[in-house]
Amino acid sequence: MRLELTRRYQLAASHRLHSPHLDEAENQRIYGKCNNPYGHGHNYVVEVTVAGEVDEATGMIANLDDLDRYVGREIIEPFDHRYLNKDVDAFRERVPTTENFCIEIFERLKQFPGARLVRIRLEETGHNSFEYAGQRNGDEK
Amino acid sequence: MVYITRKIEFSAAHRYHNPAFSAEENRRIFGKCNNPNGHGHNYVLEVTVGGEADPVTGMVLDLKELKEILEREIMNRMDHRFLNYEVPELAGQIPTCENIAALIWKLLAPKINKGRLTRVRLWESSDLYVDCYGDGAA
Repeated sequence: MRLELTRRYQLAASHRLHSPHLDEAENQRIYGKCNNPYGHGHNYVVEVTVAGEVDEATGMIANLDDLDRYVGREIIEPFDHRYLNKDVDAFRERVPTTENFCIEIFERLKQFPGARLVRIRLEETGHNSFEYAGQRNGDEK
Repeated sequence: MVYITRKIEFSAAHRYHNPAFSAEENRRIFGKCNNPNGHGHNYVLEVTVGGEADPVTGMVLDLKELKEILEREIMNRMDHRFLNYEVPELAGQIPTCENIAALIWKLLAPKINKGRLTRVRLWESSDLYVDCYGDGAA
């Protein structure tokens, strides 16, 4: 029986879309309001999906307390109520689009010892969401 | 291939407790879910059936039929029940979202004769759900 368990978490953070590889006019043209100088925020929803065998003794793929603690330490603590561009090292050089944020979350959770991480789905708002399932065979690096 | 999803809600109680564990172990592993008299959820079940649209009716399957199957197999069995004590198919198992979703798959798969059961998604609350794909490939 193939089963996947998905847990949803919320975090609030701000970001500014601005690429150092582009000049001011290009940044403004490409990112529009998201390029405004002081940033803006979202209530992000992070969906974490894991898979694995169901332990007969517990009926679980992964203990939710363990998953919550891991996500709390790796994701909620460093990102919630932060300015991604300045407070997160990974985004000092990389534009904190929700694509890149989604990949960053996947990379931080893929070592979760309790089950196999399948995918991250990240909602930036109720109207757009992003999914990342890691590099697959055939993907270009 | 086209996919059709029907959603239903049922309310049920459960308790996580493994008699092979000591009281302390049960407490440690299951936390509040081990409270002795159980607790409940409003479960939301999304059942997805995949198939080709019939050229005459334009349907993968008749939603009325799917509704009746869900009423008979799921609602009658689980709605307003204490899953540990009133659903014999779960006897000897911890009624986690994983095990309930797997049971729902086993109950529905043989009953759906038009199209093919593709996914069972069971929401325990708005921040937790389990997807079951049977033995289907990833």
